[in-house]
Amino acid sequence: MRKKIGVFVCHCGINIAGTVDVKKVAQELSEFPGVSYTVDYVYMCSDPGQNLIIQKIKEEKLDGVVVACCSPNLHETTFRRAAQSAGLNPYECEIANIREQCSWVHKDKDKATEKAIKITKGIVEKLRWNEPLQPIKVPVTKRALIIGGGIAGIQTALDLANSDIEVVLVEKNPSIGGHMIQLSETFPTLDCSQCILTPKMVEVSKHPKIKLYTYSEVQEVTGYVGNFQAKILKKPRYVDPDKCTLCDECTQVCPVVVPNEFDLGLTGRKAIYIPFPQAIPATYTLDIEACPGVLPIACGKCWDVCEPKAIDFDMKPEIVEEKVGAIVVATGYDLYDKKNMAEYGYGKYPDVLDGLQFERLLSASGPTRGKILRPSDHKEPKEIVFIQCVGSRDPELHNKYCSKICCMYTAKHAKLYKHHVHDGQAYVFYIDIRAGGKGYEEFVNRTMEEEGVLYLRGKVSKVFEENGKLVVWGVDTLAGQDIEIRADMVVLAMAIRPSSGAEKLAKILKAAQDTDGFFAEAHPKLRPVESLTAGVFLAGVAQAPKDIPDTVAQAGGAAIKVVSILSQPELLHSPLVAQVNEHLCTGCSMCVDVCPFSALSIVEGKAKVNEVLCEGCGTCAATCLRSAIEVKNLTHLQVHDMLTASLGGLK
Amino acid sequence: MNSEHEPKIVAFLCKWCSSAGSDMAGVSRLEYPSNVIPITVMCSGSVSPLYILSAFNLGADGVLVSGCHPGDCHYIKGNMYARRRMALLKELLPYIGLEPERFQMSWVSAAEGLKFTQIIKEFVKQLKPLGPQTQLRRSL
Repeated sequence: MRKKIGVFVCHCGINIAGTVDVKKVAQELSEFPGVSYTVDYVYMCSDPGQNLIIQKIKEEKLDGVVVACCSPNLHETTFRRAAQSAGLNPYECEIANIREQCSWVHKDKDKATEKAIKITKGIVEKLRWNEPLQPIKVPVTKRALIIGGGIAGIQTALDLANSDIEVVLVEKNPSIGGHMIQLSETFPTLDCSQCILTPKMVEVSKHPKIKLYTYSEVQEVTGYVGNFQAKILKKPRYVDPDKCTLCDECTQVCPVVVPNEFDLGLTGRKAIYIPFPQAIPATYTLDIEACPGVLPIACGKCWDVCEPKAIDFDMKPEIVEEKVGAIVVATGYDLYDKKNMAEYGYGKYPDVLDGLQFERLLSASGPTRGKILRPSDHKEPKEIVFIQCVGSRDPELHNKYCSKICCMYTAKHAKLYKHHVHDGQAYVFYIDIRAGGKGYEEFVNRTMEEEGVLYLRGKVSKVFEENGKLVVWGVDTLAGQDIEIRADMVVLAMAIRPSSGAEKLAKILKAAQDTDGFFAEAHPKLRPVESLTAGVFLAGVAQAPKDIPDTVAQAGGAAIKVVSILSQPELLHSPLVAQVNEHLCTGCSMCVDVCPFSALSIVEGKAKVNEVLCEGCGTCAATCLRSAIEVKNLTHLQVHDMLTASLGGLK
Repeated sequence: MNSEHEPKIVAFLCKWCSSAGSDMAGVSRLEYPSNVIPITVMCSGSVSPLYILSAFNLGADGVLVSGCHPGDCHYIKGNMYARRRMALLKELLPYIGLEPERFQMSWVSAAEGLKFTQIIKEFVKQLKPLGPQTQLRRSL
């Protein structure tokens, strides 16, 4: 039986009625087959307008409603809700956009009216074949996976766990803590970084709701929002944490010394090591790449001295599976690769350091116990040059973006240098000072005024060694003169890059990256912690360079977004998904190959749609040679009838 | 007579970029010829070549398919399939006696209202000298 359709034409004040003859649209549509009621009204979206729709659906016993008004992006939900309250299925209500796509872009009233009629007729034809649909309900696994155990991941994990949600936290390194645990003091308050982070790390390790996988990596993620399955590779650490008593006998006898990652190569460590004293989990790890061999014949000295027999050379990589409902990416950053900065002698001269290395020098737990000494000769540098924007804000050669934290940490470095070396002179080369943040501007000003750090606006062209000094060639663009400084130490504020594993992880999660390689947020203003993949959220520098307060705030934001999904008894998914006509399907699997969401499979010789995975894009429908697969409520027949209505009336 | 001909155009616009881009043209009150009837689809990748041939069959003088920029597809890669399919279709149109200029594919993001109006203006200009499309029009 043919549907009884009502058409409601909105004036939108003069926004539509000023260019489109709304009375004529209503009149023409009333003569269109299947339309049993038409009316025009000044503001359909107003309460009286909505009530008019509700009233007429009931009075006229309408099976479908077309509202000719503004873009469906604005009021589709409004009118579908109104239709629903009158007892109609919301998918029996469609919007004809006669404002943005018609009245606002044309001036000739006759032509605009003619076009509005065609658009509305097209939507009536579409609605004729719409099926009533119900949202698809999806069960939710009330657990979250957090990838990355720096401050972003730690904060997200704690916020979630304290909201009574089980958390799986995965960290690729032997300990959690990220870069923040390497820092000395934090701007602008000069809090000790380790002192404020280690309580949180301990809380993570003791929290009953947090399952911690360190020295582990996410290898594969399948599923969809509410129901992901993650495969996690646990790398063997060859030490049983439960047996290890932290006696440190093993490192005493280990004959191998390699650069210590935690001190960024400023010190060495043994092949069996604990990254730092407060490491979580508190245990040793055997670096199998550095170890002369797991064969006891080759060495095995550590095994010999280990009293509790915690060392197990036969440990194998293990893959564990975890089911979660949401994922948070908190993979942080790496510093820009030093090989890109040959002109500053980074990697060539031992006294040219990056920001993180300088942090280690400043740190009380660092290689020099907090004394600032040159790595080359252990002398105190009396003149020190800090260079900002190294690799940042340089679209021609390096990264085009601002790394955001360098202005502040350089000011902190210069200030702390002066606290240690009272008679020393610090210079800072900068492009601009970007100190947007609470107390930040004042902090930079104090560094300049109270500490006497000399700020020079300009770039450095070259750093080279001469008679034991590092000669810095730069320019002061404010004074308009070349500058040469014979320094004892140079510190480079290297650009921040997305963590080295970000690209691989983005593919695993099907989450997009931006042009710089950071994870792309769903909307730059309004959805900054959501990725473009449903159920995958972002926290910290994985999304863009940011400082610790911003990271902590974003981590809290990501946590509440996860809660907003996992607190629901079930998730609703749009029912506008593909459906297969089994009589026509030959099981050729062309649709399976093109589906961007892996939502299709061949079951018993016919294509089968996983309605939860399907996003309703219709790529399958355009691919199928036999029109055996189509998207609900936008079938080939509906498109054909829309075309007929749009073109049929043209002279 | 041909120069006076007002071509009838159907534009298949993807919901997320090009339809939103045409909305942006509206919000910015950018005027363009009224010859074009928009049909919003979920993705440019859902536009079957059959839709385009149907449109010509039903009397369209020109057909436009517009999607998200390559790499920006809301559905990851639907527009890539559209690009391949439409490039092939355009190659084939001359074999059925149709000027390939009657068919066009474009990329318009949700922010590119101005670009959308420029594309429509150019397309109308391009179609006018070709006159009415009669090769595929179904005789009624």
